[in-house]
Amino acid sequence: MPSVADMLQEQSPQHLVVVGGGMVARRLIDALRARDEAGQWSVTLLCEEPRAPYDRVALTSYFTGRHPEDLALGGQDIWDDPLVTLKRGVKADSIDRAARTVTTNGGAVLPYDALVLATGSYAAVPPVPGKDLRGAFVYRTIDDVADLRAWVEKRRDELDRPVRGAVVGGGLLGLEAAGALRALEVETTVVEFAQRLMPLQVDDGGGAALKRLIESLGVSVRASTATSRIVGDRGVVSKMEFSEGEPLDVDVVIFAVGVRPRDELARDCGLDVGERGGVVVDDACATTDPAIWAIGEVANIGGRCLGLVAPGYTMAEIVADRLLGGGGTFPGADLSTKLKLLGVDVASFGDAFAEEPGGLEVVISDPVAGVYKKLVMSDDARTLRGGILVGDATAYAALRPMVGRELGGDPAAYLLGPDTAGSAPGLDLPEDATVCSCNNVTAGEIRCSVTEGGCTDLAGVKACTKAGTSCGSCLPLVKKLVTTELEKSGVEVSSALCEHFDLSRAQLFDVVRVQGLTTFSEIIATHGRGRGCDICKPVIGSILASLGTGHILEGERASLQDTNDHVMANLQKDGSYSVVPRIPGGEITPEGLIAIGEVAKEFGLYTKITGGQRIDLFGARIDQLPAVWKRLVDNGFESGHAYGKSLRTVKSCVGSTWCRYGVQDSVGLAIALELRYRGLRSPHKLKLGVSGCARECAEARGKDVGVIATDNGWNLYVGGNGGFTPRHAQLLAEDLDTDTLVRTIDRFLMYYVRTADRLQRTAAWVEDHEGGLDAIRAVVLEDSLGIAADLDAAVAVHVDSYEDEWAAVLSDPEKLRRFGSFVNAPDVADDSFGYVAERGQPRPATPEERAGGVLIAGTTLEVRR
Amino acid sequence: MSIRVATDQSTEGLATAHSEWIGVCSLDDLAPERGAAALVGGVQLALFRTFDDSVYAVQQRDPFSGAFVMSRGIVGTRGAAPTVASPMYKQVFDLRTGECLDAVGKEPVPLAVWPVEVRGGVVFVARPEVGT
Repeated sequence: MPSVADMLQEQSPQHLVVVGGGMVARRLIDALRARDEAGQWSVTLLCEEPRAPYDRVALTSYFTGRHPEDLALGGQDIWDDPLVTLKRGVKADSIDRAARTVTTNGGAVLPYDALVLATGSYAAVPPVPGKDLRGAFVYRTIDDVADLRAWVEKRRDELDRPVRGAVVGGGLLGLEAAGALRALEVETTVVEFAQRLMPLQVDDGGGAALKRLIESLGVSVRASTATSRIVGDRGVVSKMEFSEGEPLDVDVVIFAVGVRPRDELARDCGLDVGERGGVVVDDACATTDPAIWAIGEVANIGGRCLGLVAPGYTMAEIVADRLLGGGGTFPGADLSTKLKLLGVDVASFGDAFAEEPGGLEVVISDPVAGVYKKLVMSDDARTLRGGILVGDATAYAALRPMVGRELGGDPAAYLLGPDTAGSAPGLDLPEDATVCSCNNVTAGEIRCSVTEGGCTDLAGVKACTKAGTSCGSCLPLVKKLVTTELEKSGVEVSSALCEHFDLSRAQLFDVVRVQGLTTFSEIIATHGRGRGCDICKPVIGSILASLGTGHILEGERASLQDTNDHVMANLQKDGSYSVVPRIPGGEITPEGLIAIGEVAKEFGLYTKITGGQRIDLFGARIDQLPAVWKRLVDNGFESGHAYGKSLRTVKSCVGSTWCRYGVQDSVGLAIALELRYRGLRSPHKLKLGVSGCARECAEARGKDVGVIATDNGWNLYVGGNGGFTPRHAQLLAEDLDTDTLVRTIDRFLMYYVRTADRLQRTAAWVEDHEGGLDAIRAVVLEDSLGIAADLDAAVAVHVDSYEDEWAAVLSDPEKLRRFGSFVNAPDVADDSFGYVAERGQPRPATPEERAGGVLIAGTTLEVRR
Repeated sequence: MSIRVATDQSTEGLATAHSEWIGVCSLDDLAPERGAAALVGGVQLALFRTFDDSVYAVQQRDPFSGAFVMSRGIVGTRGAAPTVASPMYKQVFDLRTGECLDAVGKEPVPLAVWPVEVRGGVVFVARPEVGT
């Protein structure tokens, strides 16, 4: 019988060292810690970069305002696990296989029982002269992109003209890099050696469509072009020369020609490496030394290195399994890809190039709409083998899992549009169809997480199965599977607003409207519980306001409003507010401009033109708001409702009154629409736009409701927005006369106000609406639900009951009293603010500036008392 | 009726177990289920009057943003706890204890709280220590 000491010995964990801190290493540690319940292994992770593993695939989002921290992968509490040690900024220098130790660049010697090489790749740099000049970059790490940005910004300042840039390499990474340059407002050219873009993913037809789409975004493309030299000027890149064609003036060059496995640790300790690099592993990811494994891009598996994260994740799972005594093997890589490059959808899956003999190709190519779609079918046109989608890849999520299976319908039906893709005939996924290829999750596993795992929503299924947690392209399909499964098992998919209400916003709206309820206390007493929260209170405040039942600060209703609605201004980061007067259609008189300028000057406010063609005044204290409004109201202005979930602006171009090309009076219509819908409370903010001709200078298709003039009237588009998920509005109706147009917008808006979810913008509402845009069109144009008269009446009530919320408060001493600084000292100004001057205007001081005492003033010094 | 009591002056004859009670305002000055900022002994507090006319005092400074805005949050309940949600980034706090009930993905940070008594329609707060 073993002694107690022996048993303890046996239980003390073995030690795993992981070299390389990329996404695949993180996945290995997650998988190991999730499954190793007995604590058999402790792990040390050596990260050469000064940060924990992050989402390298999302690197380009760094340029659209995301911080490096936002790229962190998963929860950070894994690093607090006592069995996990993260060493940042530490590189492995050598491996002693006999002693089973790793020596770091700092000279530390780490013993291991098992070692995993996850060192990834180098960004390859072609041996062209001039590659080392300043201004030449690769695109691999957060530091690379940070250096790139700093360089572009520096050059822009120095040159005082737009920066010019080029990307060498028109593959996946090259187009990512081009997107980054474009986000930095660099005039960008992509140089590709092959005869088309993304030669590994798309065919000639797809490449041509991609080129057109990318060029339409202002990025130049030079295919079939070899870079022969980069010319420097005082050590800085200035020109590129090619084997053929004109040279190109450039201020920045990015090399994105591919990657090279970082296998030198393995070479140095005598492990087998492939002919073209990569640590040779078997289908268990084991190297020639049974204590050493290799995963991710550095692993040469089945004779090749794989530069995608999905197979890397699979390898990580296999090694975790093997370390715990399992027998997992690599099933072969799914090299399917779906990407949004420069805003252009590109997907490639299965046998995309019809390499298997006897394949039939079904191709839809529409250069006008900017789409190219191809399905590769078996010779009997039944079984899907692969495909390429450019310009619109909505069908990807539904099609990729069907590779190798019978489609059960006309293949062309899958390509004809987003509406048919999801609901194409016979698409009932088999249990073993892979839905999430990044994390290798099958339809069966997703269904099982609902039926047996007890998951009741998408978030739960994501946490449980990891489906959709990497690239996210499969999420629509996952959501559909989850909802179907929940409904099948009789679980009602919860649409409860919050812990206080079991009803959804739309149900609540109907209840309040039909029962004629007018106070929160009545509503929560009859349909809810408790005393509400920051979710349900603003929703009910908004519903009551949409129904035109009086001022938003009347009586108990004041307690429902978020601070913005409560003080009818927009809260800023330092606790001050901004004020936006309405400027309908963006039309303003010189007197109006002067008046706004004088108000800003008098109260020391920072002024900025908004995206909605009006003027925002920042830095007013709460106790100053009534005085600011008073000055504005006296000059003929009113609230612009910039603070509300309500109509914001109706943006317009100058239209036919001045413009040589305008065909209708867009400004006149925009003003009429803005005055009609001003103050209309809605589930989310509403933005409208009116363009006077098809040139679309008002960007109306980026709005919830967009109107574009035609020779015969107006085209009406709905469901567009900017923001986090930009959407183009879709055509609802064509060539409407003005009366029909207004009536249609009335009904569309009121129908949305009544039936959308909380904080659901029109785009998502249209998408979620049963039957989609066609069903909504039937409701608003053909009165398919028989509610059109009701919607029209509701808009009429809104128009008749409109009052300026600012003026109403100014004439009500009881409401005005809420704007004191302190309840016990209403005349003492809050002294917590601090401002510094920047470009001739005040801005909030940073904590460092406040600590350093460089304030020009608190607001108390600048303002009128 | 509205009572204003000087901010730096304690109210005589009201000292109880707490070292010093300061009359701040009348209960009527506080709107039900809403907050109000108060300046007590040079410290900014947020006073809240809940549905049952209880009054709570917490720090006015939102610990997550550093702005002095807590009084402008939405008052509600979470289970039995009376709550306020920060108007800045919507963290939710228990008004009784200051405990952060929902940190919205951040590390929870509590609010400082002060004892409050309502006597004869006047709201009294225990003198806060300067520096909060």
